[in-house]
Amino acid sequence: MTVRPPLVELTSCRAKEFLREPEAIFWVFAFPVLLAIALGLAFRAKGPDKIPVGVVAVSPADPAAARTLAELGRSPALLAHRYSPESGQDALRTGKISLLVEAGPPVVFRFDETRPDSRIARLEADEALQRAAGRRDAVPVRAEKVTEKGSRYIDFLIPGLLGMNLMGTGIWSLAFSVTTARNRRILKRLIATPMRKSHYLLSQILGRLGFLIPELVILVGAGWLLFGVAVKGSLTLLFLTSLVGAMTFCGMGLLIASRVSTIEGASGLANLTMLPMWLLSGVFFSSERFPKAVQPLIDALPLTALNQALRGIITEGRGLGGIAPQLAIVALWGLASFAVALKIFRWR
Amino acid sequence: MTSEPADTAVRCRGLVKRYADVVAVNGLDLEVERGECFGLLGPNGAGKTTTIEILEGLTQPDAGEVEILGSGWQRNGRELRERLGISLQETQLGEKLTVGETVRLFRSFYRRGRDPEEVLVRMALDEKRDARVGKLSGGQKQRLAVACALVGNPELLFLDEPTTGLDPQSRLQLWQQITEFRSTGGTVLLTTHYMDEAERLCDRVAIIDRGQVIALGTPAELISSLQAANVVEFSSEPQLAEGSLRALPGVGEPHRRGSLWSLPVGSLAETVPALLALVERSGSRLVSLSTHRATLEDLFVALTGRALRED
Repeated sequence: MTVRPPLVELTSCRAKEFLREPEAIFWVFAFPVLLAIALGLAFRAKGPDKIPVGVVAVSPADPAAARTLAELGRSPALLAHRYSPESGQDALRTGKISLLVEAGPPVVFRFDETRPDSRIARLEADEALQRAAGRRDAVPVRAEKVTEKGSRYIDFLIPGLLGMNLMGTGIWSLAFSVTTARNRRILKRLIATPMRKSHYLLSQILGRLGFLIPELVILVGAGWLLFGVAVKGSLTLLFLTSLVGAMTFCGMGLLIASRVSTIEGASGLANLTMLPMWLLSGVFFSSERFPKAVQPLIDALPLTALNQALRGIITEGRGLGGIAPQLAIVALWGLASFAVALKIFRWR
Repeated sequence: MTSEPADTAVRCRGLVKRYADVVAVNGLDLEVERGECFGLLGPNGAGKTTTIEILEGLTQPDAGEVEILGSGWQRNGRELRERLGISLQETQLGEKLTVGETVRLFRSFYRRGRDPEEVLVRMALDEKRDARVGKLSGGQKQRLAVACALVGNPELLFLDEPTTGLDPQSRLQLWQQITEFRSTGGTVLLTTHYMDEAERLCDRVAIIDRGQVIALGTPAELISSLQAANVVEFSSEPQLAEGSLRALPGVGEPHRRGSLWSLPVGSLAETVPALLALVERSGSRLVSLSTHRATLEDLFVALTGRALRED
């Protein structure tokens, strides 16, 4: 029986343990693709929806209401329905319609000013009614509609999912594997041999990095084949950036696992680490939606920086120079995590 | 510094280890010769595991000196690890790996180890080579733990409770492997709370209680120190007075556990009829009576007044 060097044996054992865990395979490879498909379908680009509006009719045969309904019906942006005064108020309050119109004169628009769709509905309704009454344009205008690849939701989503997956896989695989080994006293048994501790830790990282290429190919490939999300920048740079990200989150996983001895403890810490980043770091929606004051903090999170770098490469086609600051933030988190983890690591 | 010729495998002096609220090891001295099988026998919580883990270099003692195969843990721990085989108490190995993968992994850590295949055959695990560790029985897992200890081709084998919880057949199998290892010149230090294991396997035994060695010698020496070849155990209704038992001919120190009296005796032929007569005379009724040859268990009871295994 041939025996390979310890680092090779350790890494191959780690990789086998991972491959023999069907749940892990699902979360790493299948889940992000399923998520991309589900969200991609839910938010797929289609013509803008018509905004529902209501017209108040005091009686079933209210002639003013019937005229107003017909005029609004000609607007391409509106979908008008007839309501009794009470049911109209209800529909407005519950958000079924964005605007309630009382036929005039004077015409009354009832709407909630804080709702963007209501403001649009008011403008569109005003436009439709004024035009029907004979208003003409004072200045000729021409509208050009744009639907460019790279600006759709799925284009935003795919790099974010990739970043999230790099984080999840790195943190879970290290935190679980090392904590389990400590919990079952495998770590203690291993350090009772002449094994080098650095070999063990390195094998944990290499074992995870071995799955980086399939992970990238599957997610980026699915984005490209299913939604036409092309990588505008360099594939090599995409791989290197993902590698830096994967390493950083391995470091954070190791830090999480450096002292805890129960899976519950490690799960708690891992969730505590990842949950804020799922929300803040621009995976599903842009992090710029949060208040300006916290933007510097959000930008300093490793997943925010990684997502910005990945979006820079995939959707904007930036080169190394364009993503260097983000890459530096990611790498710094990694180095700091490794340094602290190695300092406080408990082997038993 | 004494650089003894290499006939001492393990030597420790004045070991002390305190935990938050207990003193686990309390000034313990040991010396194990090369080629010997040495047993630490004691009840749970006596300090056996702490002691063996200090000797294995896995636990730092609060005080005391340790010398393993002529060197210390501070000076060249890694070199020393090349020469030791260790099986921890209830180690679990990676459940998703196979038996063969696990043994190969451990083999890779040693410069001069044994052929993993040969160790698997020796430990009767070759048929389980491709089975996942998680699917093994308790006995098979324990044999695998010992296989991982042997695959580094050690000079000294540490086994912490190697047969705890095993069925009789698995125990016998493991005893055979330990005996075989010794026949090739290996030294074994094991802990156990089974007196039959200590009697059967060990050249010398140290009985440990409350972190100290309370008796040391070959099993035969230890048993003969009881000065009683046999033990009579009986209970009666109502109980007999301790004084009247002491007065029986050829009886050592009587011990009582619950309603059961245990009398170390020199000769059954002399004591048993006298005991029966005493029961008769005092109008008592015998509930149970049994006799056995004196064991290390009886010595432990005689020394501490407690049983080795409280179960």
